[in-house]
Amino acid sequence: MTPAFARVSLAEPGDYFALMKPRVMSLVVFTALTGLAIAPGPINPVLALASLLAIAVGAGASGAFNMAADADIDAVMARTRNRPIPAGRVTREEALAFATPLAIGSVAVLGVVANWLAAGLLAFTIFFYAVIYTQWLKRSTPQNIVIGGAAGAFPPMIGEAAMSGHIGAAGIVLFLIIFLWTPPHFWALALVKSDDYARAGVPMMPNVAGEASTRAQILLYTLVLVPFALAPYELGFAGLSYLAVALVSGLGMIWCAWRVYRDRDGEAARKSAWRLFGFSIVYLFLLFAALLAEQLAAPTMRLLGLA
Amino acid sequence: MDDRKGIVLTDEEKRRRRARSIAIGLFLGALCLFFYIITIAKLGPGVLNRAL
Repeated sequence: MTPAFARVSLAEPGDYFALMKPRVMSLVVFTALTGLAIAPGPINPVLALASLLAIAVGAGASGAFNMAADADIDAVMARTRNRPIPAGRVTREEALAFATPLAIGSVAVLGVVANWLAAGLLAFTIFFYAVIYTQWLKRSTPQNIVIGGAAGAFPPMIGEAAMSGHIGAAGIVLFLIIFLWTPPHFWALALVKSDDYARAGVPMMPNVAGEASTRAQILLYTLVLVPFALAPYELGFAGLSYLAVALVSGLGMIWCAWRVYRDRDGEAARKSAWRLFGFSIVYLFLLFAALLAEQLAAPTMRLLGLA
Repeated sequence: MDDRKGIVLTDEEKRRRRARSIAIGLFLGALCLFFYIITIAKLGPGVLNRAL
């Protein structure tokens, strides 16, 4: 066996960037930005940008912790076997050595730049994702992504706390929207990839409760999510354009979930699940884009002298 | 005769190590700039408020 010290790293900078799960990071940046934008009061753009960067790096660090812990699972799943650790380009120790200073640094920077409430929330999110979800829930219960979804739901709340210094109704509502969105989104993927998850020994809902129960639960969560996504309008922090987007895209979401519920066999079932998985990303993006656009519209109009 | 033993890096390993070194250098430079900018932003107009 080659002694550990004799191993020469073949990692490229891109491998370390991949450890941070850039696609997840971009969604975190987007939802956190919306959280920043809905926070009441004046915003210093430089400090807002710095806060956003700290939140993004914190999310990246938790992604790297996740990859270090999940290397055994990633190695047997087709979707993930090319990640830097299972592919052998980065060791788990290197990934941990990469993630730890990023996690500590991002929390410290957010604390200094914004406030320690936001920094505390970011630290809790990293801990929740890297330890509670990755090490414990993911391998032990079919409710893994339901409870673990909280980790992905925190960023808008962190964004709001970073700018306003407190957690308001808007942050909580945005948290709940992402929280309710997570099960239909991931279970649609789990329906398609259930063989992969079974091979890796991850107790996803279709493997534990069966596909029929998963389809029913997807529909149920969607029927709760879509009306709830109208709450920003009801509570007054979103306008009519958001309402229109939430209604139309919400109907699309219900239709996709209904098709998943109805199409149970063969290629049609697979297609419906993929469609819901893809559309759920578009749905969440549209909701947050509409909120963000409304927040940015008023100052832009003022700036251009149109209002 | 050179009888030193040890790891001799291949060209590919050298290339990747160089790429990692450059990335770390750029990251550290960006971090310095980042800390400088947020320091100025935190100080705000107070940065000019001193006896000349």
